[in-house]
Amino acid sequence: PSPRAVNVDLQTDATLQVDISDALSERDKVKFTVHTKSTLPNFKQNEFSVVRQHEEFIWLHDSFVENEDYAGYIIPPAPPRPDFDASREKLQKLGEGEGSMTKEEFTKMKQELEAEYLAIFKKTVAMHEVFLCRVAAHPVLRKDLNFHVFLEYNQDLSVRGKNKKEKLEDFFKNVVKITPDVDDFFEHEKTFLLEYHNRVKDASAKSDRMIRSHKNAADDINRIASSLYSLGTQDSTDVCKFFLKVSELFEKTRKIEARVAADEDLKLADLLKYYLRESQAAKDLLYRRSRSLVDYENANKALDKARAKNRDVLQAETSQQLCCHKFEKISESAKQELIDFKTRRVAAFRKNLVELAELELKHAKVKGLVTVRSR
Amino acid sequence: MCVCVCVCVCVQSGPASLPAEDISTNSNGPKQDSLFDDDPEDLFAEATEEVSLDSPERDVLLSDGPSPAITPITPPTSVITPRIGLAHDDMFTHSSFDEIEEEEGGDSFDIHIAVSDPEKVGDGMNAYMAYKVTTKTSLSLFKTDEFSVKRRFSDFLGLHSKLASKYLHIGYIVPPAPEKSIVGMTKVKVGKEDQSSNEFVEKRRSALERYLMRTVKHPILLKDPDVLQFLESSELPRAVSTQALSSAGLLRMVNKAADAVNKMTIKMNESDAWFEEKQQHFENLDVQLRKLHASVESLVCHRKELSVNTAQFAKSAAMLGNSEDHTALSRALSQLAEVEEKIDQLHQDQANADFYLFSELLGDYVRLITAVKGVFDHRMKTWQKWQDSQLLLQKKREAEAKLQFTNKPDKLQQAKDEIKELEGKVQQGERDFEQISKTIRKEVSRFEKERVKDFKTIIIKYLESLVQTQQQLIKYWEAFLPEAKAIS
Repeated sequence: PSPRAVNVDLQTDATLQVDISDALSERDKVKFTVHTKSTLPNFKQNEFSVVRQHEEFIWLHDSFVENEDYAGYIIPPAPPRPDFDASREKLQKLGEGEGSMTKEEFTKMKQELEAEYLAIFKKTVAMHEVFLCRVAAHPVLRKDLNFHVFLEYNQDLSVRGKNKKEKLEDFFKNVVKITPDVDDFFEHEKTFLLEYHNRVKDASAKSDRMIRSHKNAADDINRIASSLYSLGTQDSTDVCKFFLKVSELFEKTRKIEARVAADEDLKLADLLKYYLRESQAAKDLLYRRSRSLVDYENANKALDKARAKNRDVLQAETSQQLCCHKFEKISESAKQELIDFKTRRVAAFRKNLVELAELELKHAKVKGLVTVRSR
Repeated sequence: MCVCVCVCVCVQSGPASLPAEDISTNSNGPKQDSLFDDDPEDLFAEATEEVSLDSPERDVLLSDGPSPAITPITPPTSVITPRIGLAHDDMFTHSSFDEIEEEEGGDSFDIHIAVSDPEKVGDGMNAYMAYKVTTKTSLSLFKTDEFSVKRRFSDFLGLHSKLASKYLHIGYIVPPAPEKSIVGMTKVKVGKEDQSSNEFVEKRRSALERYLMRTVKHPILLKDPDVLQFLESSELPRAVSTQALSSAGLLRMVNKAADAVNKMTIKMNESDAWFEEKQQHFENLDVQLRKLHASVESLVCHRKELSVNTAQFAKSAAMLGNSEDHTALSRALSQLAEVEEKIDQLHQDQANADFYLFSELLGDYVRLITAVKGVFDHRMKTWQKWQDSQLLLQKKREAEAKLQFTNKPDKLQQAKDEIKELEGKVQQGERDFEQISKTIRKEVSRFEKERVKDFKTIIIKYLESLVQTQQQLIKYWEAFLPEAKAIS
């Protein structure tokens, strides 16, 4: 067993280990340092690093999606684009409003915004790292040539954004055909995934909103603490001492509330977001299988026609066999992938829900311990 | 590597680069570390945290429950009514106002007023809310120990208007009456029996109760015949022109007085240093309290929002649990939905506490301070009046001196008479000014004491409500944890 955290499918063996060892946030982009340790002969060295940007991750992901050979696998979902716009805007507003607040307030708000910025930053790093680790753990994808290029080639991979045609194809991919399947397993999976995906989407959105309100409340408590502090520093009478103590209490409460919101964000919101993306990837897999089934059915029809006309029979036979083979291959790996998906999902939810409950308990207990002795 | 949740990653405050230490990866989802741990003292590491109001040597109340001396909060279904506590520290004696001191003991201040049972009377736009005003007291001032009357909102305004006209200009801080609200009342009149109009009625009931308690706590106002009549007599003449001194009216009056004051050039002499200091003090307090009030109102709003969003999330989580085909996980998600639903109710209750305990108190004090400022301005006016009389007297004396050299005996006599009258006025003016200054000093001292008591009482109640909330949260999450662990 590896010294890393116990996970369901991350067999981190020495043959290929990938992580993001550093990251730099520049004006409008983030530069990730992708660090690889490997004993595989494919690579020139045993340990090396390259710098990659978000677009290059997307390029790698898309190359998997477009690869017919991988049609039967759940492609690890692409990490979301780093989005610091909101945070940056807030920092800017703070800078503009510097004249209208006291030095303490300004410093406090600045610290908070910086913490927020840092949190978003750490999250985006984590998302990108998770993507790479999933690929590295997948028995087939880890051998992909593009992946190796991504890891090793220390120049810019000049990648282009998707063109319109590709975007349209993506759009249609989301429509999964509602024809009943020959196979009960896949029929069930299709129904399940469709509904599940929608519900996860809803839950993800609602959890985001809930956490946003929580953060807003924490901000208010922060302002209340500041006001109480101002009241408390007017003079040194008993009243003011009282206000100072209460201000301290509110400040502590605020910190805890902020942590609660952050933990909820991490354990709940991020979990839901991730499974939103993975369930989409699973849907995509089912779509690809459906498409190959259609191809297979069409090839069958073509073969019948060819036999009836007794023309190009061999060609039709070869084509049909290819389609059949492809379909069966996809079905086989898809089945396994979907079963793995469920296992991973259950384990992830279990882990996160347990941790969420533990953290909530911890915070509630701490808050309860902060008491005031009354007169 | 991080397996246990108790380990936290320490974060440096530079946003540009990532710390070099390991970030655990997890292909099942995002990482498990807690992101926030930027204060050096981890609260969890300290077993207890003590915030003592008095000396630090006092014992730490370590228990999970509230101290036995404090009464628990009423259940969530009813709104927490803030009782501005009876003064157990006895401050008010029955003696005349000249002898109001800070001594403890003497006759206990024993009067308690409750406003309850709001009842809609009449229909349509002429309808109004009648409130039952119950007085419980052992003071000999009253005819019986316990009695109640029915009053409507305009009656309260009428009472305040009378008290204000009698006492404000001689320096007494008359507690302001609750605000009028056309929107709120219209909804009630129109018969909209919904959440917001119920909240409005409750808010008003609570405000009326606080208003009466504050009024009777004032030793002079308590004895005023209008107050006694208000509390005791079953029929009250309908108060008309209650626009006279609503809070807004009071504010306008204060502003007018302030303008008049600004037009004068006032020479501050030595004995006024106290007043100058106090005026500045109240200006500051006004600003601070308004700011605090705004923040608390914002908190109430966001907590209500949080409650709504939590409820929505709970529903969503239940739906997710329904569609999850792994049985144990499905059950756990349903449990999560239930927990969140309960928590939503907690948030709702907390928002009510925030509001009724904290926000309303602050609102009351913002209005009270307006009254205090008004009283200071009245002192100014009194001083001005005195000065004006003095100036007039001087002029008359000069005129009289001139008349001495003319031969107009009757005009001279008239002048002498006028001077005598004016001398009287000047003396009265001086007495008035001294009196109002003395009264204000006493009033301010009483006000400050009351303020401290009020705030302490309310904040302690509020903190208790926080503790209660936390305890409930602990219960809910503790119940949920085994469910989560049971997922296999």
